[in-house]
Amino acid sequence: MTYHLETAEHPETLRRVAIDPVSRVEGHGKVTLLLDEDNKIHQVRLHIVEFRGFERFIQGRPYWEVPVMVQRLCGICPVSHHLAASKAMDPIVGAHHLTPTAEKIRRLMHFGQIMQSHALHFFHLCSPDLLFGFDSDVAKRNIVGVAEAHPETAKQGVLLRKFGQEVIRMTAGKRIHGTGAIPGGVNKSLTVAERDELLKDVYTMIAWSRDAVHLVKKLHDANPALYNSFGLCRSNMLSIVGHEGAMDLYDGKLRARDADGKLIFDGVDCNNYYQTIEEEVRPWSYMKFPFIKALGKEDGWYKVGPLARVQNCDSIPTAFADHERRDFMDYAGGSPIHASLAFHWTRMIEMLHAVEGIKELLHDDDILGTELMATGERKREGIGVIEAPRGTLFHHYRVDDDDLVTMCNLIVSTTNNNQAMNEAIRHVAKRYLHGHEITEGLLNHIEVAIRAFDPCLSCATHALGKMPLKVELVDAAGQQVHELSRGL
Amino acid sequence: MNAPEKKKLKVATTSLAGCFGCHMSFLDIDERLFDLVELVEFDRSPLTDIKHAGKCDIGLIEGGLCNAENVHVLREFRQQCDILIAVGACAINGGLPAQRNPLSLPMILEEVYHTSPGLHNGLIPNDPELPLPLDKVHPIHEVVKVDYFMPGCPPSGDTIWKVLTDLLAGKEPNLPHELLHYD
Repeated sequence: MTYHLETAEHPETLRRVAIDPVSRVEGHGKVTLLLDEDNKIHQVRLHIVEFRGFERFIQGRPYWEVPVMVQRLCGICPVSHHLAASKAMDPIVGAHHLTPTAEKIRRLMHFGQIMQSHALHFFHLCSPDLLFGFDSDVAKRNIVGVAEAHPETAKQGVLLRKFGQEVIRMTAGKRIHGTGAIPGGVNKSLTVAERDELLKDVYTMIAWSRDAVHLVKKLHDANPALYNSFGLCRSNMLSIVGHEGAMDLYDGKLRARDADGKLIFDGVDCNNYYQTIEEEVRPWSYMKFPFIKALGKEDGWYKVGPLARVQNCDSIPTAFADHERRDFMDYAGGSPIHASLAFHWTRMIEMLHAVEGIKELLHDDDILGTELMATGERKREGIGVIEAPRGTLFHHYRVDDDDLVTMCNLIVSTTNNNQAMNEAIRHVAKRYLHGHEITEGLLNHIEVAIRAFDPCLSCATHALGKMPLKVELVDAAGQQVHELSRGL
Repeated sequence: MNAPEKKKLKVATTSLAGCFGCHMSFLDIDERLFDLVELVEFDRSPLTDIKHAGKCDIGLIEGGLCNAENVHVLREFRQQCDILIAVGACAINGGLPAQRNPLSLPMILEEVYHTSPGLHNGLIPNDPELPLPLDKVHPIHEVVKVDYFMPGCPPSGDTIWKVLTDLLAGKEPNLPHELLHYD
């Protein structure tokens, strides 16, 4: 292992400082720093501390349960898991081409998901850092503080998220953990009344999303030195892109670029993802470390998510968002931007694209159609890949003659960013904390870098690990509930 | 003269082994969030930077127990909250993660970290920073006293709103049939 600051030479001689839990992110994670007596930093790690074992307990379940089960991986982007699993199950039921209504309803649902997740992340979780400063008063550094100081911004954030959730409710039946997509299609389309209700507000949402992009641009302009360098981590970038290289968050082929923007590969069929990507396990995190196989683990790690997607595609197929994409690309004079805070800018460009996409679909009568399901020759294996809010998401299943799942492999978006997040926090630690007395405000700098990636640590905790120890679980009355096994 | 400002109640929320869906559902009260913050002050929550809860009137907890850290966080949280509410399927009965309960831990580990496709190396994470997993997923009432259970996967924003506003008004929470869901 040669990564700088990942592993200290003599950890036993060093002082440990922990950020536990990492707050204003979704899910559970902690950061540990090891410092010497001069506050020089020797080790920084983001640990994913939880595991739930989804990949294993999905096995033995009937395939048609899976799109509903796996969204319980994550309550923030349940639709992404719901759709990736449904896409993977489409060939299992022989639906090699969906009906236009089914595909468009799924795309609409997914745009709703992108919109609600991006709004939540920017306004509810990150805006306090960006509006008040990284070491501002802890008591104010939250959405309530934003509502007091910037009521209009907070209100727009809450209502943008609400609109995305309403799109999900109307297409999936329920805001969180809906059941709209099924292997082979969808189980409902939109009614005229539902469509008209969304149409009423969609133009306001587009205007507010444009404002959100401009707000981030203003922040960059006000402090370019910070925004252009904070958490800088040069890396490869991976995403799927659609027809003619246009951004497509629902379907496409894999494309990767290196840190300078040169293509590493392009047009790779998602069904061959496992020939392209490998995963490494490290002892200090339950989250694996994926990398591009051809480049090896030292050079092959990459970023996914908005920053990768906006720079990986050749265009965005909606007008306002594409205009903003070109502005973003011009900002660094054509070379790729790797500064962590630029994630926020690109995330807001994507939110704008999602709302524009919703508007276009609302004007398409196919979403009111009644042909919901497709059939054909059944297969035993399926791979579903989608661009979830946080990046490329892989679902892969095999099913036996009794329709039961026999194999499940998931690479979730946040896992794809594992190495990049670790690199970003080490960059920040070296730049801001190295040699200083550690304060709460300085530690929040580390969290700001993590938040930029919008990690979903809930999603990332689907794997399962072990510790060779023994613990007793005792109930409120002091009775032993059970004892943990040791050694395994 | 203005009436003296009513003291705000303190509310904390935390998450154990769950998917964060219950917290998302809490945010589904949408713009009523701004009414709520007139009545309550948030202590520890994934939305604030307070890492450990102080003394609170009401605590909402999502997720079940799947590792030693969950147990520790739950006990600390219970101690700080006058009223503890178990929110959602995972807190109440372990939820979907409890589907691993019939399986043996070593077998799951073996499959995820050794025989899973696309692995560069086989190795089971074992760093002391990683909390010890429980070999079964447990609901929270097996370990601490719970005052109220709010069912659903997740309970809807309206359900959470009704329970909170009932409590804030000093009433026993009462869910009408249409808000009482288990799905």
